[in-house]
Amino acid sequence: MKKHPLLSICLLALSLFSLGAQADDHKDTIKVGVLHSLSGTMAISETTLKDTVLMMIEEQNKAGGLLGKKLEAVVVDPASDWPLFAEKMRELIEVHEVDVIFGCWTSVSRKSVLPVVEELNGLLFYPVQYEGEESSKNVFYTGASPNQQAIPAVDYLMDQGVKRWVLAGTDYVYPRTTNKILESYLKLKGVAEKDIMINYTPFGHSDWQTIVSDIKSFGSMGKKTAVVSTINGDANVPFYKELGNQGLSADDIPVVAFSVGEEELSGIDTNPLIGHLAAWNYFQSAESDANDTFIETWQKFIGNDTRVTNDPMEATYIGFKMWAQAVSKAGSTEVDEVRPAMYGLSLPNLTGGTAVMNSNHHLSKPVLIGEIQDDGQFEIVWQTEGEVVGDAWTDFLPESAVIVSDWANPAINCGNYNTKTKKCSGQNF
Amino acid sequence: MRNFVLLLILFSSLFSAGLSWSNDLEIKSNTLSKQTFNDAVNGLSSKKFTQKKTYIQAIAESKDPRALVILQQLLDSKIYFLKKTKTIVIAELDGKNAEIWNAISGTNLGILTKRKIKKVGINNKLRRQLKVEIAKLSLGSPSKKIRTQAAEEIIKGIDEVGLQLFTDRLAIEKNESIIKIMQTGIALYAFNNGSVDEQLGAVKILSDSLYPVVKNTLKKGLKDITGSALSTKKLALKHALEASIEKIDYKLSWYKQAENIFFGISLGSVLLLAAVGLAITFGVMGVINMAHGEMLMLGAYTTYIIQQIMPNATAYSPLVAIPFAFIFTALVGVIIERSIIRHLYGRPLETLLATFGISLILQQAVRSIISPQNRAVATPDWMSGSLQINPALALTYNRLYIILFAIAVLIGLMILLQKTRFGLQVRAVTQNRTMAKAMGIRTDWIDAYTFGLGSGIAGMAGVALSQLTNVGPNLGQAYIIDSFMVVVFGGVGNLWGTFFGAMTLGIANKYLEPMTGAVIAKVVILIFIILFIQKRPRGMFALKGRSAEN
Repeated sequence: MKKHPLLSICLLALSLFSLGAQADDHKDTIKVGVLHSLSGTMAISETTLKDTVLMMIEEQNKAGGLLGKKLEAVVVDPASDWPLFAEKMRELIEVHEVDVIFGCWTSVSRKSVLPVVEELNGLLFYPVQYEGEESSKNVFYTGASPNQQAIPAVDYLMDQGVKRWVLAGTDYVYPRTTNKILESYLKLKGVAEKDIMINYTPFGHSDWQTIVSDIKSFGSMGKKTAVVSTINGDANVPFYKELGNQGLSADDIPVVAFSVGEEELSGIDTNPLIGHLAAWNYFQSAESDANDTFIETWQKFIGNDTRVTNDPMEATYIGFKMWAQAVSKAGSTEVDEVRPAMYGLSLPNLTGGTAVMNSNHHLSKPVLIGEIQDDGQFEIVWQTEGEVVGDAWTDFLPESAVIVSDWANPAINCGNYNTKTKKCSGQNF
Repeated sequence: MRNFVLLLILFSSLFSAGLSWSNDLEIKSNTLSKQTFNDAVNGLSSKKFTQKKTYIQAIAESKDPRALVILQQLLDSKIYFLKKTKTIVIAELDGKNAEIWNAISGTNLGILTKRKIKKVGINNKLRRQLKVEIAKLSLGSPSKKIRTQAAEEIIKGIDEVGLQLFTDRLAIEKNESIIKIMQTGIALYAFNNGSVDEQLGAVKILSDSLYPVVKNTLKKGLKDITGSALSTKKLALKHALEASIEKIDYKLSWYKQAENIFFGISLGSVLLLAAVGLAITFGVMGVINMAHGEMLMLGAYTTYIIQQIMPNATAYSPLVAIPFAFIFTALVGVIIERSIIRHLYGRPLETLLATFGISLILQQAVRSIISPQNRAVATPDWMSGSLQINPALALTYNRLYIILFAIAVLIGLMILLQKTRFGLQVRAVTQNRTMAKAMGIRTDWIDAYTFGLGSGIAGMAGVALSQLTNVGPNLGQAYIIDSFMVVVFGGVGNLWGTFFGAMTLGIANKYLEPMTGAVIAKVVILIFIILFIQKRPRGMFALKGRSAEN
């Protein structure tokens, strides 16, 4: 609800000013690029992450900055336009000469900036859960890979006695890849072809009558059925509404979603959703002192004491803190020095436990399953024993199972190493 | 107010159990079961779901009159416990505070801050269990609806307890449809546990039922009959089963068709609502209004704002929002027409670009003023759920009301255009602007009013959409293409064309979707329209006469 027009004007002025006075500026500040859409379709999700980075910068500056310098945010708006992401990335690195970039949400925007950030040797922290199958030298992935979200969620449901599976998703790269992985995983676990239903819908699909009716008849065959949803963004609300209206409750056919978090729920009437599930590495309802402090700081920063926190925010938090640690450790903001300093760094999670950055540029994090409550929060019903190591290349697709990523081992030193042919493909994505 | 509501819930649920608090105080004889009841309720503060499960079982079996209330409140997630003493309480949250009642004694414990209490969390397994137990306890409820739901819940997993409840209830139940459900349940039990003769008898009763559990049971029964040398009885049972399943499948396929047509009509009416405003501005005036979708969005936001103003009357807010949305968006429409579009008449390309600009401005304005986040618009109770015609066919209420609303809007609009002076002037201006001017009609004001009317109708459609989809800055974009498709396909300048265009596209889409999937269905429809337009460039219902020639 509350925005900070003044803040954004100040920032704009600052960044304009810094344009004019770059040479002097560069010496006593460390520039942090923020590449999140502030307009267009993705603004709904990405604006929050921009605010999170600004908050982290403010906190860091209060604590004395880094290497004796103040941090300075450079905010650009790629406007949910994928090619514009690449242009803005180039602008951040070449014109503003930022030392690190926090940004991107959709996989397509990440794919769009990848060649630029690799060419210019930038450093990007990507904070959103994604389909995996990538490990770039210049990107750290602080969100979940499929084995940190989708696979544990399916394991949980199997444990609950689910025998039939609907894989429903929006028609783009993340759901397609995730469902491909899940399908082969389910088959590996002995689920028959006829017990899996796969369905794709366009972006922003709002008429779910037929699909929900199909799910209903698919689920009324006497075997316990669950929906694994990779439905993206806006399309979720009408989907859940239709489920509720057609009388499918969570105890009949639970839906486990990978893109529905506290932020998305804050925009909807949660009554038809109660009991449906989500799998994340973080829930606002997690009980820990670090989380309480984080929520409090966030609500104070944003000036709204009902504002929620979510998983990509935690991923941004971990990414930022780790980067700051790595810079202190390396004593420099040069990408080539910060990158090796990142490996093996650890940081307390907001949910308790410790996140560790692995040499495949993915984190070790716990996986949590939560059930949606009437207040838009999640009741954590299950969580993994310890942390799960993020896997860049999935073990459940034959072509990816043989590939590993390791940027610390000098014998491998690439993001796409084939353990059979003992070669790097040269392409990290 | 809140206390009152909660007390009302408490008492009404007590009443529905057929008992009351005071009665309960008199039942002191059975202190032992009372003790187990209290222990079980207190046990709910446990962290483990497996333990909660046994306590719920104990509460349900305690025969305590308060059991139903406790279980219902637990299902509605109103049961909390005090963090300090672990006392189980019923809480009604109000902002940061909560008013609490002792769950066992029912005494009001006053108002506490939310931080001092913690919810008794439940998961889906417990929810399932609660529903079954509540159903078993509420088969004697005075409400027909609750009894029906209870009976339907019990037959899903019919067991001895359920059978006993049904046989007891059958003696006193008067309602035909509930008797039928219970007979189905008894037959299911007989089929699952009885001899071949009993099974044969049960199949006869079951073959009339459309409950999924019946079909699954029969299918499983058929699968269990194996081997080549079957006794005559078994053979008869096999044939009876095959015949019943076929009968059920046949009926189901018909209901599936009916359901599909309903889906098609409801999608059609959404398209109609979204497009009918455009049919006026684009069809009648010839203005390519790319900001039409944003008028839908503004209408939806009006619903949200009305709901913020009157938070206690969710049931009426969409109705109240309809006139407000109309007036507000009509006003915006008139302002846009007066300030921009009137300077661009006769220059379609520039109008297109200008209105596209307006649409971006309106979207970003909403993002900056209200929020880039979607807003929650609550659905009133009378619009949620569905009208259960039989176990195989249910029509969702929100869609039903929107179909009615769409028809009402269309009829109203036709009356306005055909029977009123304003309508006459609008038609005159569209047919021959110069002549109308010569007759003394102030054509520029008619243009403004017409544009306002089209926008206003879009605003009303926005109210309807707020009940179906997200209320957010992007709402309009999702509908603008579809709206143009409907208008072009139906025929420019003809409301009947818009109506048939919307319905055809809606139903065609719903028939294609199960076959091809939602993505391909959209593509196929688009290709179909392109080909159709090649053949009939003026759409299904082309305007005839001189005005159509220019």
